[in-house]
Amino acid sequence: MKKQTIQITVNGEKHELDVELNALLINVLREELSLTGAKYACGNGQCGACTVLIDGESVLSCLTLAVAADGAEIVTIEGLAKPDGTLEPVQEAFLDNAAIQCGFCTPGMVIMGKELLDKNPLPTESEIREHIKGNLCRCTGYHSIVRAIKSCIK
Amino acid sequence: MMIETEYLAPRNIDQLFEGIRGRIGQVKFMAGCTNVLPSLRARAISPGLLVDLTGLEEMAHIRKVNRVISVGALTTMTALVSSEIIQKESPILASAARQLGNPLTRNRATIGGNLADASPAADMAPPLLALEATIHTAGPEGKGREIPLDRFFLGPNKTVLGEDEIITRITIPKPEDPWKGSHIKFGLRNAMAISVASVALMLEMKENVCRKARVALGSLSPTPIRAYLVEKELEDREITDEVLERCTVAVNQEISPISDIRGSADYRRQVAAVLLKRAIRQAHMGRK
Amino acid sequence: MKTYELGIKLNGQAVSAQVHAHETLLDVLRKKLGAKEVKNGCGKGDCGACTVMLDGTAVNACLTLALQANGREVTTVRGVGTEDQPHPIQESFVRHGAIQCGYCTPGMVVSAKALLDRIPNPDRGQIREGISGNLCRCTGYNKIIEAIENAASKAQS
Repeated sequence: MKKQTIQITVNGEKHELDVELNALLINVLREELSLTGAKYACGNGQCGACTVLIDGESVLSCLTLAVAADGAEIVTIEGLAKPDGTLEPVQEAFLDNAAIQCGFCTPGMVIMGKELLDKNPLPTESEIREHIKGNLCRCTGYHSIVRAIKSCIK
Repeated sequence: MMIETEYLAPRNIDQLFEGIRGRIGQVKFMAGCTNVLPSLRARAISPGLLVDLTGLEEMAHIRKVNRVISVGALTTMTALVSSEIIQKESPILASAARQLGNPLTRNRATIGGNLADASPAADMAPPLLALEATIHTAGPEGKGREIPLDRFFLGPNKTVLGEDEIITRITIPKPEDPWKGSHIKFGLRNAMAISVASVALMLEMKENVCRKARVALGSLSPTPIRAYLVEKELEDREITDEVLERCTVAVNQEISPISDIRGSADYRRQVAAVLLKRAIRQAHMGRK
Repeated sequence: MKTYELGIKLNGQAVSAQVHAHETLLDVLRKKLGAKEVKNGCGKGDCGACTVMLDGTAVNACLTLALQANGREVTTVRGVGTEDQPHPIQESFVRHGAIQCGYCTPGMVVSAKALLDRIPNPDRGQIREGISGNLCRCTGYNKIIEAIENAASKAQS
């Protein structure tokens, strides 16, 4: 399989990587860069556990070829907290609202929550539920996740 | 699922022994049913007659008469925990009662049932052994006897009770100052845990010297036991690190733990040593 | 096989049934008295799904012989509150997302009621201990604890 060199910025750090043409972004992030926050769960875009931000927009990294991300700025869950460890408000909210049970859906959920609140600081409950429609959770029943995101509304 | 059995709920001792006459061997006594019902439904036992003891109301009591505390066999864990007498006079018993099962089973499980079932892990046994309890029984024709608890257990789920004999009450001599006690139950979770190991002890302290010791262990042998070798290491000695180490050597000579789903024998040996030291220190520091 | 007459007050109503000696209160409530709100989880006192009150004391119905309830009052979750007149505990459970599959809920609500009857204003530790006989595989318990805390403080105000 042919390889290509790509340049990506991940959580503010520049990387130059040689990747195979069919390499998925999720695998490059997890295996080449050891950023295991994004999860490989369904592998076909149905569950949202692999969600990352590419140039500020949420994307399913299991359906994205690494080469397609060449030149892009990528943010994973690991890039949300400040360097001194201070958490984003939406991360604190997840902790305060029992919105994390097994934790597997959480990175994707948090990123979607952050994306929504950045775009729309006063979402309705409907809008919250609509925005996380692509992220499955088998544990919490969603109630506490929605409540966590809601609690970030000032 | 059909189980052939009959039911009898006597109102007093005479009715009880009248009702079981000629049927010894078929009888299963039950009160809180927290051990008996699961056995029955698993068909581990198949009694022809279930005798419900809960109508024998005089067997549910907690009394202090002079220097003796009497606890009726039908006293539930909840009653023990909330009893001012038990909290004040024998807090290690309250500690064990509080940690048995969960709030629902504690509302029904009885002290008599826990002892008669005689699990090696019986929660009530270690504190009662450390408190030098006596079992009082009743049999047919007014027979009955008093059995020191350290002679009561014969093996896993085996006691000296005859088939037509029931526990009526348990008595303990009221501990006087300067006796101090401690109790530790160690399980794999905070509730609904069959203990992996448990320690209960009473120490008579004079300043820093332990005059007398009563040490009891649960889940570490085929029956709950008194650790006489450990007691010998403690008596007439100051509680020092060296003495504690000698106790941990002694305890391993007394116990014969098994490996089961809750832990290996080796693990239990290590835990026994840790819990013993911890319990001795706790009692020594005066925390009853 | 021999049967016996059982008479109880079920959620305030006098009812009776013919029962066998070995039948548990759980068996009889569900199969002979139509009280299907009482759930059979494990059948051996390990899960609390069958929690009911016997003369106001919370017990596992699966660990109680039906005949031991003779002449006594049995309260199920329906006796705590109904659709038309829910108890504040039940309303709080709904508000806090404390019900996912719902199977533990009847028992959980009865245990919660028993707890608040004993301790009207419990702290979190007391709530956790109060429901320690009721397993839930779905919610992670936090929402249940919050629901009970909230119901308690509402009752106080």
